[in-house]
Amino acid sequence: MTQHTNGVLELVHVERTFKVGRRFVRVLDDISFSIGKGDILCLVGESGCGKTTTGKIVAGLLPPTGGEIRFLGQNVWEMNKEEFRHYRRAVQIIHQDPYSSLNPTQRVSTILTAPLLRHGIARNHKEAKEKALELLRIVDLTPPEDFYNKYPHQLSGGQRQRVSVARALTVNPEFLVADEAVSMLDVSIRVSLLQMLERLRNQMGVAYLFITHDLAVAKYFAWEGRIAVMYLGRIVEIGPTPQIINNPRHPYTKALLSAIPEADPKATRSKERVHLRSLDVPSLLNVPSGCSFHPRCPLYEAGLCDATVPQLVDVGDGVQVACHVVAREQGVA
Amino acid sequence: MSSFWQNVRRTFRLLTYNKVGFIGLLGVIFFILLSFVGPYVVPLDTQTKVDKIYQPPSSEFWLGTDSEGRDIFSQIVHGGKDVLVVAFLAGFISTTIAVLFGSLSALAGGWVDNAIMALADIVLTIPQFPLLAVLAGLVKFNNVTLLALILGVLSWPALTRAIRAQVLSLREREFVEAARALDLGTRHIILKEILPNMMSYIAINLIFAMTAAIYAQVGLVFLGLVPFSGSNWGVMLSLAWTRGAIFYKGSLWYIMAPVAAIALFQLSLVSFTRLLEEIFNPRLRTSV
Amino acid sequence: MKSATENVPSDGQFTLKVEDLWVTYLAERGKVKAVRGVSFTLRPGETLAFIGESGCGKTTLGLSLIRLLPSTAEVEKGHILYRRDTEVMDVLQMNDRELRQFRWKECAMIFQGAQNAFNPVLRIWAQVLDTARSHGVTNKKEIRQRMEDLFRLVQLEPERVLRAYPHQLSGGMRQRVLIALGLLLKPPLVILDEPTTALDILTQRSVIDVLRDIKEKMDFSLILISHDLSLAAELADRVATMYAGKLVEVANVWDTYYHPLHPYTVGLIHAVPTLAGEREELISIPGSPPDLIDPPKGCAFHPRCPYATEKCRTEEPPLIPVAQDHEVACWHWQQVQEDGGQRMMVYSEAKAG
Repeated sequence: MTQHTNGVLELVHVERTFKVGRRFVRVLDDISFSIGKGDILCLVGESGCGKTTTGKIVAGLLPPTGGEIRFLGQNVWEMNKEEFRHYRRAVQIIHQDPYSSLNPTQRVSTILTAPLLRHGIARNHKEAKEKALELLRIVDLTPPEDFYNKYPHQLSGGQRQRVSVARALTVNPEFLVADEAVSMLDVSIRVSLLQMLERLRNQMGVAYLFITHDLAVAKYFAWEGRIAVMYLGRIVEIGPTPQIINNPRHPYTKALLSAIPEADPKATRSKERVHLRSLDVPSLLNVPSGCSFHPRCPLYEAGLCDATVPQLVDVGDGVQVACHVVAREQGVA
Repeated sequence: MSSFWQNVRRTFRLLTYNKVGFIGLLGVIFFILLSFVGPYVVPLDTQTKVDKIYQPPSSEFWLGTDSEGRDIFSQIVHGGKDVLVVAFLAGFISTTIAVLFGSLSALAGGWVDNAIMALADIVLTIPQFPLLAVLAGLVKFNNVTLLALILGVLSWPALTRAIRAQVLSLREREFVEAARALDLGTRHIILKEILPNMMSYIAINLIFAMTAAIYAQVGLVFLGLVPFSGSNWGVMLSLAWTRGAIFYKGSLWYIMAPVAAIALFQLSLVSFTRLLEEIFNPRLRTSV
Repeated sequence: MKSATENVPSDGQFTLKVEDLWVTYLAERGKVKAVRGVSFTLRPGETLAFIGESGCGKTTLGLSLIRLLPSTAEVEKGHILYRRDTEVMDVLQMNDRELRQFRWKECAMIFQGAQNAFNPVLRIWAQVLDTARSHGVTNKKEIRQRMEDLFRLVQLEPERVLRAYPHQLSGGMRQRVLIALGLLLKPPLVILDEPTTALDILTQRSVIDVLRDIKEKMDFSLILISHDLSLAAELADRVATMYAGKLVEVANVWDTYYHPLHPYTVGLIHAVPTLAGEREELISIPGSPPDLIDPPKGCAFHPRCPYATEKCRTEEPPLIPVAQDHEVACWHWQQVQEDGGQRMMVYSEAKAG
């Protein structure tokens, strides 16, 4: 089972349901992982797999309906006010859409100085301004004076995303949840933003929960970290990035990797495809029994896969996979 | 000093950006001056002059005279103050209630939300005019504040629902989520993140609440349900009506003057809302 | 201005031939020069992909090909020659009747996000019927027959899909319905604008596979407009790279990805991570795309280019053929060829600090 090794932030059997009409939809089921200082964990999966919800739970914006989220070993939702404050500031979030993540009525100056003043990180406006300019420099918006008095609409998408990062950095966070933070940016801007996030990790020891649908970006950003592949609210495979990318075990991970078109004509045209038995993604309102991937899975075995939910098991190389067939072949079932 | 003038110039450019809106603003300013400064310049003509009944406009009587030979223009000047005060007050009261209740309803949720929405539904279904008529029988509407209060208290529900919907949608915006993660506090989130994004909407609705209050008020006065003393555009209209002014060709000015004053003021207000939209939009504010 | 009509490819074959096309938009701040002198030839049966970042003019170019530009846009000059058999027509000179005919019978365009444009209260069959009828096909049985064939071709179950309401189909299925619908009259030219954007990976794969499949089975020329370099890598025969409203490089897909000669193409290709092998270093192109109201003089890319010299700042490089099936608009393409684009990579690293 999941090992909790010096995780500063841990999710333990987290479950989250939402009420839709009169029914309850389970968006997350039994999610466990831990992130240590300076770690990178990438959540990948297709839309509706629950990766954004997981991000919100990690950032403390949404309480889990089952299980626990722990910060420094303590259940976040049982903390006293002071402890919760500390946690809240330690984990910040960067959103996908650079257009709705900044308040259109506020100048960059207000966006950055408000948290600095509120939490006494700067004692007065002069100090707050100095600190804000310093942050703009850190996120490569130079010269910072050019950006300090701008409104969001006067900035490009990439520049806004940098302001979002600067805003998150005002409270000296230890964790950043980056929810598709580069997906909406043009390719040439995307790389420089990723490089900047990486620099923050190297220089300030910031850890990341990096959420993306793009496995190639995950590979690039999280090469030294781990990738967790999600499907219909569960983690189906988790392990060190090179293992997941180059030696995927779970049939869903394999299918994803074989399906992704790549910017390399020879490689992408000669890829061996994993053929799924069905292209339909089941609805969360009607999750298939047993392994939720079984109606589409090429390894499907009747009576096994549709009967019990597979648990994550160690299959070596630090990889855990939730698949009956793979586990049996590895002899760990 | 130069930056001061720069600001003045920029403000002027912003205000004149929308021509219709700017004309509306000028109209609103004109009526405010007319009603609040005018009475000190133009004395109210109360003297009956039998030889000057129903005179057409002239250099002496700018808008002609009424059924008793009194100057209509002086009555218009003196009759605006109450109308304007009630409109501003009633609009302000109903908008304030709507913003408070709407935000509270959206942010608190649960039973608070249910209670406020139920109350809104009840008030919304009360037929306003008959109620006012009944109230007028019970309470003496002898001062403008009381009338404004009653009009304001009856007209908040529609806006409350709209504000609630807006807050509900804004609350889910990513910048509000970021503010929560930064622990900026509920006060900051409401006052700095959510409200500024609804300001143009609120301001425009304030104006519409004012126009509605004017009609309600003039209507009540016209029907004689609110016995206003002195002159008031509604009283003028009512008097003109009861004196049968619509039957005489010569009395056209008597009845048309208050109607025109009300209509022009309303038109100015409505045109002014166009300007508000731009004033509150930072995109436009920075591009002029 | 001399028209380039004489430069027909040696075999004289083309489906579409665009000559010196200029399109501007009227914006509040002034005229946006979205397409600035674009010329290219689309050969029969080939897939030509236009790649470039947002604001480079690729969508405007696509819309102008079938004259669907918004009213604020204007084609300032140029020719869009369309050829069917021996007849050549200029799309820009067509009258309304000819244009209507062209837009459906000759050319199908599927827009970005169009899979969300179905009428939610009508079954797919009703919508198919409406569209077919409005374009002059009235025989219900014939439509049904052809639609069923096409649906099978795009791997949809005809019975089920035709009976379904739009919300009962996934985004990928609706996208495939649109593709099938576009092919109803067997147009010789198909234009796809970002056909897989916003689709999930596995769905995206199904759309790509279907496109490749029908491309083999039916004979049409395809123009693909996308910011996604991997889509072009999957499907294109030739790739045209756009920057600031101009074509900076037009080459066969292999040259574009493995031997790009324009510094911008070099940057673009190396900015996208791939999955195979170890993690490679990526480069980011320093600076930002130019303002198309007042584009830089000379080569529009010069402010971001490590190869730029005085000449680049003053003279605009023409798009010239430099090898078989390879055209590039750069004064220094030979240098790029010699160092394999190394300078671009070193430069961007230095800039990234």
